[in-house]
Amino acid sequence: MGISRFVLLVFTISMLASPALSDLVLSKVDRRIYLTSHIVRISSTLEVENAGPETVSKVLLAFPDLQAQNLAYLMASPHEAKAKVKVSVVSFPIDVVKPEDMPPGVTFYSVSLPQGLTVGASFTFDVLAVFTHALRPMPEQIGQADIQLVLYQDSAYYLSPYVVKVQSLSLKLLDSRIESYTTLESTKVQGSEIKYGPYENLPAFSSSPITVHFENNLPFAIAQELVREIEISHWGNVLVTEHYKLIHGGAQSKGEFSRLEPQARENVQGPSAVRYLVAHLPPRAHSVYYRDAIGNISTSHLRGDSKKTELLIEPRYPMFGGWRTAFTIGYGLPLQDCLYESEGRRFLNITFSSPMIELVIDTLIVKVVLPEGSSDISAAAPFFMKQWQETKISHLDIVGRAVVVLEKTNLVPEHNQYFQVYYKFNRLSMLREPLMLISGIFFFFVACIVYMHADTSISKFSASYLAKQQWEEVRVAIQQVHNIICRCLATHDKLEASLRDLSRTGEVQACKAARKSTDGLLKELSKELKPLMTFLQSSPSAVQVLSKVEELVAKERELLEKLMAKHSTAVEAYEKKSGARDIENRIALQQQKITALRQEVDDLLEFIDEI
Amino acid sequence: MATMPASASDLLKSFKLKTKQQELLIRVSILCLVYILAFITRLFSVLRYESMIHEFDPYFNYRTTLYLTENGFYDFWNWFDYESWYPLGRIVGGTLYPGLMVTAVLIYRILRFLRFAVHIREVCVLTAPFFASNTTLVAYFFGKEIWDSGAGLVAAILIAICPGYISRSVAGSYDNEGVAIFALLFTFYVFVKAVNTGSLAWSLASAFGYFYMVSAWGGYVFIINLIPLYVLVLLITGRYSMRLYVAYNCMYILGMLLAMQIRFVGFQHVQSGEHMAVMGVFFLMQVFYFLDWVKHMLSDTKLFQAFLRITVTCAVAVGGIALGLGMVSGYISPWTGRFYSLLDPTYAKDHIPIIASVSEHQPTAWSSFMFDFHILLFLFPAGLYFCFKRLSDATIFIVMYGLTSMYFAGVMVRLILVATPAVCLISAIAVSATVKNLTVLLRSKNKVVQTGSTKGSGGSKSSSKALLDQSQPFQKNGAIALLFGAFYLLSRYATHCTWVTSEAYSSPSIVLAARGAHGNRVIFDDYREAYFWLRQNTPQDAKVMSWWDYGYQITAMGNRTVIVDNNTWNNTHIATVGRAMSSYEDEAIEIIRSLDVDYVLVVFGGVTGYSSDDINKFLWMVRIGGGVFPVIKEPDYLVNGEYRVDKGAAPKMLNCLMYKLCYYRFGEMLTEYGKPPGYDRARGVEIGNKDVKLEHLEEAFTTSNWIVRIYRVKPPNNRCNIHGQSGTCNPQNLGVCLDLLGLVDVNLGNAPTKPCCSLIEGLVDLEGAVCLCTAVRANVLGIHINLSISLSLLLRNCERKVATEYICGP
Repeated sequence: MGISRFVLLVFTISMLASPALSDLVLSKVDRRIYLTSHIVRISSTLEVENAGPETVSKVLLAFPDLQAQNLAYLMASPHEAKAKVKVSVVSFPIDVVKPEDMPPGVTFYSVSLPQGLTVGASFTFDVLAVFTHALRPMPEQIGQADIQLVLYQDSAYYLSPYVVKVQSLSLKLLDSRIESYTTLESTKVQGSEIKYGPYENLPAFSSSPITVHFENNLPFAIAQELVREIEISHWGNVLVTEHYKLIHGGAQSKGEFSRLEPQARENVQGPSAVRYLVAHLPPRAHSVYYRDAIGNISTSHLRGDSKKTELLIEPRYPMFGGWRTAFTIGYGLPLQDCLYESEGRRFLNITFSSPMIELVIDTLIVKVVLPEGSSDISAAAPFFMKQWQETKISHLDIVGRAVVVLEKTNLVPEHNQYFQVYYKFNRLSMLREPLMLISGIFFFFVACIVYMHADTSISKFSASYLAKQQWEEVRVAIQQVHNIICRCLATHDKLEASLRDLSRTGEVQACKAARKSTDGLLKELSKELKPLMTFLQSSPSAVQVLSKVEELVAKERELLEKLMAKHSTAVEAYEKKSGARDIENRIALQQQKITALRQEVDDLLEFIDEI
Repeated sequence: MATMPASASDLLKSFKLKTKQQELLIRVSILCLVYILAFITRLFSVLRYESMIHEFDPYFNYRTTLYLTENGFYDFWNWFDYESWYPLGRIVGGTLYPGLMVTAVLIYRILRFLRFAVHIREVCVLTAPFFASNTTLVAYFFGKEIWDSGAGLVAAILIAICPGYISRSVAGSYDNEGVAIFALLFTFYVFVKAVNTGSLAWSLASAFGYFYMVSAWGGYVFIINLIPLYVLVLLITGRYSMRLYVAYNCMYILGMLLAMQIRFVGFQHVQSGEHMAVMGVFFLMQVFYFLDWVKHMLSDTKLFQAFLRITVTCAVAVGGIALGLGMVSGYISPWTGRFYSLLDPTYAKDHIPIIASVSEHQPTAWSSFMFDFHILLFLFPAGLYFCFKRLSDATIFIVMYGLTSMYFAGVMVRLILVATPAVCLISAIAVSATVKNLTVLLRSKNKVVQTGSTKGSGGSKSSSKALLDQSQPFQKNGAIALLFGAFYLLSRYATHCTWVTSEAYSSPSIVLAARGAHGNRVIFDDYREAYFWLRQNTPQDAKVMSWWDYGYQITAMGNRTVIVDNNTWNNTHIATVGRAMSSYEDEAIEIIRSLDVDYVLVVFGGVTGYSSDDINKFLWMVRIGGGVFPVIKEPDYLVNGEYRVDKGAAPKMLNCLMYKLCYYRFGEMLTEYGKPPGYDRARGVEIGNKDVKLEHLEEAFTTSNWIVRIYRVKPPNNRCNIHGQSGTCNPQNLGVCLDLLGLVDVNLGNAPTKPCCSLIEGLVDLEGAVCLCTAVRANVLGIHINLSISLSLLLRNCERKVATEYICGP
């Protein structure tokens, strides 16, 4: 519809055409229209000549309103004979203007020339205009196997508020069938190229509609909405997440679907279907994923080299005309590749638009999530767009992260330029989150410790509480008894050791000394034991275990006595210089008893330990 | 100076742990490891596939959880879902157990509050493993309560990796059972604890545990019947005590009141036959208490005997009469079919085909017991032996739990899940007791040997213990061998569990994986392909008809309205769909139109050899459809009682809707090298009807491996075509002309103006122009422009004589 309106409009303009207001003259216009994808690119070379009395610094470019609606990108740059390197091109500033006394239905853009054009001088520059939605499928509905034909309409004459002296137009099509095209005087077809012109000395606002109807099976991939989220982490990563809502903008699919035919005859079927999309990610992109609302999509391929990372993704199903899909891709970039510092501020330098090739984006929202604690935020972009700020709460945030949101409509791959977001960020803020985690865990343990040590009972005087406390005391006392007995047993071992020394070296004196020291020790220990025993005897909650403890103490005493006796006999025997066998015989009986007692004491100790 | 090292060593000594503390440390660290193990062993599915929800029911749970997160609890509670059971709808809030969703959302909120920006899906995926980890803790405490801490630890380890439990709690298996097993075991543990201690606090906790269980899963009926049974057994065996009285009454009264808060359960506790046992035992407890009191007051035993007889007779009589009256008056509903089918495995097959059609409701095969329990199956009887040897209130409980749940596990495959905790606990008792006995043997002997050796040449080998040991010469070696045997078995168990988890239970069943010809992994993601296609490329209000298995998935992933889904509450509705599927296309289209269906979805495995497709489920559709509509007869679809799809199939089978939808254009397809076209790989036959023609439906989408096929219901044909309406101007139809207007002036004579011309054929010349103008002004296609020239051209092209200057009015 848009195009039929366009044609009519061209008529209207030509009828209403009024003489040029300016003194500029376009001495030569060379237009090339590239219809090789679903994005229409018009590249024109204009030679402007100042025929008036004054110096002029602005040149007006005119587009019919209906075309201007679809105009996504407009750039003017100085003409260079073989300028294919676009990096060094300096583009001129372009503004939308509304000059007076101009015919309605035309939108004007004013190009500011680098220096004013003096009288009689001429200047040559290039204009690149990129249009979306300019190709209209005709017929509008096709079957699954049909080829897609599209219609393009424009004017054979260059629409301009100035007189054009010499002009020519060439349309570059895909190397395929041309269904029909408008023939005017001097129309030539060379392979896949249609040429109109040259036309000479046409007045301002002259136009002559032309239409080309040709085959274009390239998938019309249009992202109706793309939300890009770029999240900066100063720990070394920039995470890019892109949410696409994609539609096939070509001829609508009609009739029956068949899976059989594309599988049986690979190349014949669904030539215009979107089967895959290719994204050129920055080099060193990592952790790439591809998923949608219901999970991962397992059909994607990734290969990378030092210059770029190429991601090929297939939608869940081949997209025929009018079909939709939605998906998300995400990847990480090393921080040092996109984040720089200048004048005490940091800035992110990253591409603005989607990395997909030949994708038209109707609405693009770019959200740059800065780390928590950034301040003094500003964004710089090469073209005009809506901007505002939001906050987002992500992992371990307290106040939320600042988000710079940029919104722009109608984008083409030419918009994929670098933009910058400047902000200030203190490096110490990086430590905030780890510290929070550490302190969180620390407080958790502290809380555990407090809980283990705190007395949470409600009543301090209830019987059960008191009993519990007494039992605690008893347990402590028993533990002490246990310790003391253990030490006693250790001294017993010392005695035994001294005996063994005696049998080896025969030094009676050393043995006696050992005996004396252990005697002292044991006395001390029994002294320590006494108050504990009296406590246990007095305590009512110790009744069940008291007998065992007493038994233990008694057994230990007995064991000690036996051991002493054995020691004395052994020492005596040595003093009497008895034979080794004699000593052994003497001891043997005592030894048996000692072993049995020791066993019993051990058992008792184990039992008490269990309490 | 000399004291320095001494004090240092003292300090070291004070840091050195005592045996007790060492044991505690080891126990706690083992528990922590088991906790982590239970969690990570369930992550196989996430590693193999992705973090996604599995199977059928979890998708419904996920959808409701999403709804709960987005709309809050009250909206959720009052949610009427228009997207399922079209045109009936479903009162979701009143027909589900909300425990799972509320739990997941609670976890989600807590994490969000702690500023962990997780997605609700991740929470849902990991809920089941998290609760499985918690279950291991409960198993430890339960084991400790009924036996000792050793048994508790073994139980925790066994249950952490037991396949019977893992099958329902892998990551992504976001189903009620995931939290319900935790709730079940927790309730049982706390109840046993309450019985052991007689503490009000513990019985209160068990009431709340029961409440949680009721809110989470319909399996709470098991608790509410097992506990009175257990109490009854205790009463009969003369183990009545005040502790039991406190625990049971508190748990029952509070639990019942709390359970009534769940709308889906409502007043069933007092009205349903399945819940009557618990009430009967409650009254019996009161009688017991009363008798106890009377016995205490009366000193005369004879008098008491008489009193006892009268009271018991009266109580039983009153109870019986009350029950009878309730049943007769309809106040107490009789047992449901599901309950019967649990008690009698053959019941469902004869009476409720919809229950019998589900594979997890089949009686359990011996092999799946082996698969799910492995050595536990042999340890279980051993554990029972140990339990009987040391009979206490707690062991009686676990024995009863084990035996009853084992019976139910035999009735239905899915109930293996309920038996798993009991089997693990009882087996743990067996393992722990055996190992403990063996190590005691080893340790005591070691000690003697040690003490003997310290005596050196003392030659004290004649101690009593040593004598005992020498009397059984190979005891030590035997014990060591047995220990090694036990550890070997346990390690086999661990290997088996890991293998089963990774191979059998970690598949999401939405995504199918197979081995390709070169040993590489091939993924069939057809389900999601189809659901996503539905979600993106059909109208928002489209109704999709499919067999009920896919209902939940279509609503959750496809976001479209379905006719029937996995909540099989309305058998008639399902039978209607079954009838449509098993009728001829002409009859089916009537049903389809009456249900306002836009798309029909079938699942077909003939290309990939995927065997659980609709053709294999078809007989159940016939049975369920035939159960309500006697027009559908199962024998019509069988040939001599045999179900086939090849040339020898029954004619009704070859022409029914399901057959046509599955095999549409399949006859032209070559599936396998060396086989004729139309070779069905799932059934291994060449199909019988290769020339399938569809009249009222058309193929809308088929996934890349043909697993899901979606058909669009064509609108009914117009009664008569546009030519019949000659002489009338219908601007709405002239859109096609307006589209052409741009062309005409350019390609004079070439433009495909025929359709447009035919539209204005019957009109008088000027009328034709006026009509076109009306169409333009009526803004049929959203444009309003000056059409003077092109309009004239167009009209001229249609061989109409109109003044060339004809211009539409403004």
